Amino acid sequence: MPTEPLLTAESLHLSFGATTALDSASVQVHAGEILALMGPSGSGKSTLLHCLAGILHPDLGRVTYAGRDLTAMHDDERSALRRTEFGFVFQFGQLVPELTCLENVALPLRLGGAPRRAALRSAAAWLERLEVSDVAGKRPGQASGGQGQRVAVARALVTRPRVVFADEPTGALDTLNGERVMQLFVAAARETGAAVVLVTHEPRVAAYSDHEAVVRDGRVRAREHVR
Amino acid sequence: MTVAHTLLGLLEAGPRHGYDLKRSYDERFGHDRPLHYGQVYSTLARLLKNGLVEVEAEPGAGPERKKYAITDAGVSDVAGWLAVPEKPEPYLQSTLYTKVVLALLTGYDANDVLDTQRSEHLRLMRELTRRRDGGDLADQLVCDHALFHLEADLRWLELTAARMQQLAAQVRA
Ligand SMILES: Nc1ncnc2c1ncn2[C@@H]1O[C@H](COP(=O)(O)OP(=O)(O)OP(=O)(O)O)[C@@H](O)[C@H]1O
Ligand SMILES: [Mg+2]
Repeated sequence: MPTEPLLTAESLHLSFGATTALDSASVQVHAGEILALMGPSGSGKSTLLHCLAGILHPDLGRVTYAGRDLTAMHDDERSALRRTEFGFVFQFGQLVPELTCLENVALPLRLGGAPRRAALRSAAAWLERLEVSDVAGKRPGQASGGQGQRVAVARALVTRPRVVFADEPTGALDTLNGERVMQLFVAAARETGAAVVLVTHEPRVAAYSDHEAVVRDGRVRAREHVR
Repeated sequence: MTVAHTLLGLLEAGPRHGYDLKRSYDERFGHDRPLHYGQVYSTLARLLKNGLVEVEAEPGAGPERKKYAITDAGVSDVAGWLAVPEKPEPYLQSTLYTKVVLALLTGYDANDVLDTQRSEHLRLMRELTRRRDGGDLADQLVCDHALFHLEADLRWLELTAARMQQLAAQVRA
């Protein structure tokens, strides 16, 4: 590849007690690229994603984001980076149940110091883009699974992050809903130029990626070998 | 061709007579379609002509008494076959299964065979997904049909990957 990768994990090791979750895992993500992390259950996909996002700290190895060593950063510096540069979409449970969907989407902007009015306006535009304006005033518990995930995608993208981390974002949805979420998600990510690290075990979801990396036994299969 | 590569792969374990080779093929891969002797010998003759096998001399013997050995060119031919993904199409699993078993037998990385195939399947799935999402309803339905089939292949592939250790133990027993 001609360009420098945006995000790099080099030889990550991480154990939970006696369980080795990552065993020299390395992977690169380029700007604007959609990378699917695939592999069997328990192989270390989520752990790798959390390390890449600076949520988990590897025992050994290094994570570099835009030339900065994430593993050597102070905690508050790392959380600031997560808030401003990264977005997150999980399988479910990521929205604050007490807030409306609109307020949920506005929340990351508010946390970043944006004025309330501007944050809400921007959030409304994102809900519209994800075709869920109708749930703006509802709480997440009153939205359907598919609607909830679209709200979550809107919330992940509202700050225009450079990387979105998504762990089984359609895992709880049926095929049709899952596909619609992926269509909207990927289209929006491409438009904003965000890279996406997408953990999925579903080939139809992985088909929205540009490349796949396969995690097995805590290691990533070298991408050079993938034709 | 699958049969030729399979026979070649089986020869990596050591030189064999044609009938021995047929038996070993039938045991592992011929459940629903055992090979005919004629096919075994014509395949071996072709492999011989192409320099992929050689005959260990047993002077004056007929074809059924000849012992065949794989050549270096034959070994690279098998490796090349294992390394190249199959064109994603229906009823692929018997060829893929054969490749995985042969990889395990010959010491080639069987997971590589599956990873290469997954990558090829996903490549086609990406193309179909793009075509579907940009198309009209008819495109969508046609592409979806193909996508579901490819997905079924991949599910089988993941299951096989998950059972690789078990399969390796059985194949090498
Ligand atoms: N917080 C934790 N405490 C203890 N063990 C953990 C923890 N998180 C993960 N593990 C273990 O680490 C290994 C890798 O887990 P991980 O969640 O990364 O797998 P995964 O590939 O995401 O699996 P799945 O597809 O099932 O989500 C597993 O053996 C898991 O049990
Ligand atoms: Mg996981």
